[in-house]
Amino acid sequence: MLRNVLGHSVEMLWHKEPSLGAADAVVVPGGFSYGDYLRTGAIARFSPVMEAVQRFAAEGGLVLGICNGFQILCEAGLLPGALIRNRSLQFRCEHIFLKTATTESPFTSRIPPDKLLRLPIAHGEGCYFADPETLARLKTNNQVLWRYVNAQGEATEAANPNGALDNIAGICSEGRNVAGLMPHPERASESILGSADGRLIFESMIQTLTSRQTATAG
Amino acid sequence: MTEPAITPELVQKHNLTPEEYEKLKAVLGREPTYTELGIFSVMWSEHCSYKNTRPLLKTFPTKSPRILVGAGEENAGIIDIGDGLAIAFKIESHNHPSAVEPFQGAATGVGGIVRDIFTMGARPVCSVNSLRFGPITSSAECGVGSAECEQAVANNRRLFGGVVAGIAHYGNCFGIPTVAGEVYFDKSYEGNPLVNAFCLGVLRHDQIVRGQAKGVGNPVFYVGPATGRDGLAGAAFASQDLTEESAEQQRGAVQVGDPFMEKLVCEACLELLATGAVAGIQDMGAAGLTCSTCETAARAGTGIEIELDKVPQRAPGMTSYEIMLSESQERMLIIVHKGREEEVKRIFDKWDLPWSEIGTVTDTGRMVVRHHGKVVADIPARKIADESPVYQREAREPEYLKQVRAFSLSGVPDTQDPAANLKALLAWPTIASKNWVYRQYDHMVRDNSAVCPGSDAAVLRIKGDSIPGTPAAVPEKFVALSVDGNGAYVLLDPYEGGKIVVAEAARNLACAGAVPLGATDNLNYGNPHNPELFWQLRESVRGLADACRVFNAPITGGNCSLYNQHPAGPIDPTPTVAMVGLIEKPEHITTQWFKDEGDAIILLGDIAEAGDPLSGLGGSAYLQRIHGIKNGTPPRCNLEKEKELHLALRALIHSGVIKSAHDCSEGGLAVALAESCISQQIARETPRLIGAQVDLAEAQGAPGLRLDALLFGESQGRIIISVAAANAGKVLAQARILGVAAARIGTVGGQALEIKAAGITLNCDVRELHDGWWNSIARAMR
Repeated sequence: MLRNVLGHSVEMLWHKEPSLGAADAVVVPGGFSYGDYLRTGAIARFSPVMEAVQRFAAEGGLVLGICNGFQILCEAGLLPGALIRNRSLQFRCEHIFLKTATTESPFTSRIPPDKLLRLPIAHGEGCYFADPETLARLKTNNQVLWRYVNAQGEATEAANPNGALDNIAGICSEGRNVAGLMPHPERASESILGSADGRLIFESMIQTLTSRQTATAG
Repeated sequence: MTEPAITPELVQKHNLTPEEYEKLKAVLGREPTYTELGIFSVMWSEHCSYKNTRPLLKTFPTKSPRILVGAGEENAGIIDIGDGLAIAFKIESHNHPSAVEPFQGAATGVGGIVRDIFTMGARPVCSVNSLRFGPITSSAECGVGSAECEQAVANNRRLFGGVVAGIAHYGNCFGIPTVAGEVYFDKSYEGNPLVNAFCLGVLRHDQIVRGQAKGVGNPVFYVGPATGRDGLAGAAFASQDLTEESAEQQRGAVQVGDPFMEKLVCEACLELLATGAVAGIQDMGAAGLTCSTCETAARAGTGIEIELDKVPQRAPGMTSYEIMLSESQERMLIIVHKGREEEVKRIFDKWDLPWSEIGTVTDTGRMVVRHHGKVVADIPARKIADESPVYQREAREPEYLKQVRAFSLSGVPDTQDPAANLKALLAWPTIASKNWVYRQYDHMVRDNSAVCPGSDAAVLRIKGDSIPGTPAAVPEKFVALSVDGNGAYVLLDPYEGGKIVVAEAARNLACAGAVPLGATDNLNYGNPHNPELFWQLRESVRGLADACRVFNAPITGGNCSLYNQHPAGPIDPTPTVAMVGLIEKPEHITTQWFKDEGDAIILLGDIAEAGDPLSGLGGSAYLQRIHGIKNGTPPRCNLEKEKELHLALRALIHSGVIKSAHDCSEGGLAVALAESCISQQIARETPRLIGAQVDLAEAQGAPGLRLDALLFGESQGRIIISVAAANAGKVLAQARILGVAAARIGTVGGQALEIKAAGITLNCDVRELHDGWWNSIARAMR
């Protein structure tokens, strides 16, 4: 999607790769790493490439985890909390509405404040969970980026597809450079697939990177 | 280890008749070893040899200029879709394993068909399934509240829930979108569910590979996980009647799937195929190592020698019999050009997959198996693969058809409460929305699902990364997929029923804007030794074949599942057909739901069958659900008229005026109109509901057309379209020029579905219709 739709150069890295090369940003995509057999993301976090991702994040690099990528980032400790089985105990694949809680992040800066994003979800273990202290800290630091809402923008129980605490769909790190979300923005980036709302998340990242580069060059 | 002596009892246990055993000895020129007996037993089972159906299968149309690999040549057929691209697809049953262990039975069904597709060199890009179970809600017929009924219903739910979870588990983890399907519930499938899984893959013409053991001296590799005792002789198990006892005994015949392993094996195989080091490749599906070695040698006219000590084994002390017959999953047999062995090792090591060089291709024409230094099997490969017994089974028209023909509607009163009937039909699990099912399947992974489940046909985009190898710039293509079947119709009139199955699939494709390219069939029937059941099979195959010819949809391959019987009796004869079509341009993609207030609703096709206006009720969902009657001659299917209808619809779609198109099938006109009002889903808990005002008073003019037949009759060849009101006159005129009956029957708008017919007005709030239709399966499964 980043390559074909947005026209950016993308390098796919093998999981045994020790380095990220000259990457400007890292996207840890969805999938079923190691079949999700032990626990989602629990094995993938030990992949050699994750050490490089840890270093990259520590240096302030932008890292976005989508679906299984979000689960891996939580397992790796790059994001707080955990993703547990959907309350329904069933895999869920459907479109949902997302409300952006804050535009103050490299992942949300381009999203119009009142716009609801219509994105698909596809996961069996997407119920966001954290202990009360972590949850309080997330809120204090404005780290919740997206919540599941209904068509009217309300974070109701019915709008919550997996039972996530406080309808949380995505969060960022305290340093705001690492984010994860369960919905799939890359599956909603072309009108032929029914929605192009997901592009706003990638465009936010690109804008952040561009302004960083301009700042460095200046 | 001593092998058991071959006795008549042992032969019988292997499902071989005394005559077949004599034939076996003639092929070998001597008595078989125990291992050889096992090999023959699976190779000559119906599942592998089609011994009861081969003469019938020859009657299917299998040719068209687009066919690159035809039916029966390889693991799956391949069709040209232009610009050097092609698609490979096939459907296959996993009925018996799913009856015994629904989760793993269905999961490995998906795994098996996905392997068949990448074995051809194609990248699997979508899967589809067709499922049938006993009723999941109790009804008057089974005795609501009785312990027996409740237990049966609970068991049906268990099987249904388990099968859906198994398909979801395998497909989601492998990373293939499950984009379409169908689910029916009927008493005849109680204890013998049908699980037919379909997969489609994409490749360039130059990437097609063959399952042939070519090149004498070439090494034979085994790749994938180690062989265990799971799935011993599953193919033979699938080729006998299912009984309580056999199910219990055969639990060990069900394999256990590992979808992540399959993903790795698939990627590694596609990577290896791109190197050109592979001379032939075959998956180890039914009959595992036996079938893959025999078939590859038979196809190439060569021999093959393998050493079982080199086969990776999961359990200690496995016998040669067990190793040869195991159906452990996710394993492949690869014949490599001599001198290029290192490439196999490099790629499979990269993917952390086990591999082993287990043998060589020979010029002897024999399949020779060694174990612990001894020859345990030595069989002429071509003879066992190609000279399996073939039976012309006796066929006799079933007695019950006399009652079907004698059935009269005069004893069935016309509808008294059409609104209540409509709600009941929409909430009937067979007609109700299948969102409880498809929301458990990842139907969007790989970013190509242009029309997701919930419309008449799914539409999938094919783009650069749909093809094996480095993503290349290719012109985008759009294929539509639909899978259909109707056991009740086929039971009540096997020939017409067979035609209707194909016609409905073709009609669904036309509604999406697609032209049929080809089809794959799954023949699910009862025991072929019963002449009445074989007659059902023979007649319905004749119907399927005739219809496939008319729609230019050659059969590219498929699967037969016979012996679908339970102590209570055979299943309804249920051929299922998955048809694939091509959509010329993305702007032609059409969905079934109404779009805008004020649009005109037009019915294409005759509202009822001229001369027999009540025929639409025979075998209908209405009679089944409302009156508890599965009887009456089903509607006729005029193939030529049907074809003209599809051509006309596509022409109208191409002219850019069609906003929605939906075919009338189960539940008839009223259900089709309701579905057009309520089936668009924007997001979770957010349907887009839109009403319609329909007036059928004029159309009802046909003499003798009762209200129930008008609203709920299932006459064939009817499609509901909607167009902007300003275009209505033009569309009606154009349809008539194209030789198709067309009538404006209403207008889209409001929040109610209102249908006027002589003397009555049916008025239902769309929210109420939606609630029953959308939620009934979830409520039954709670």
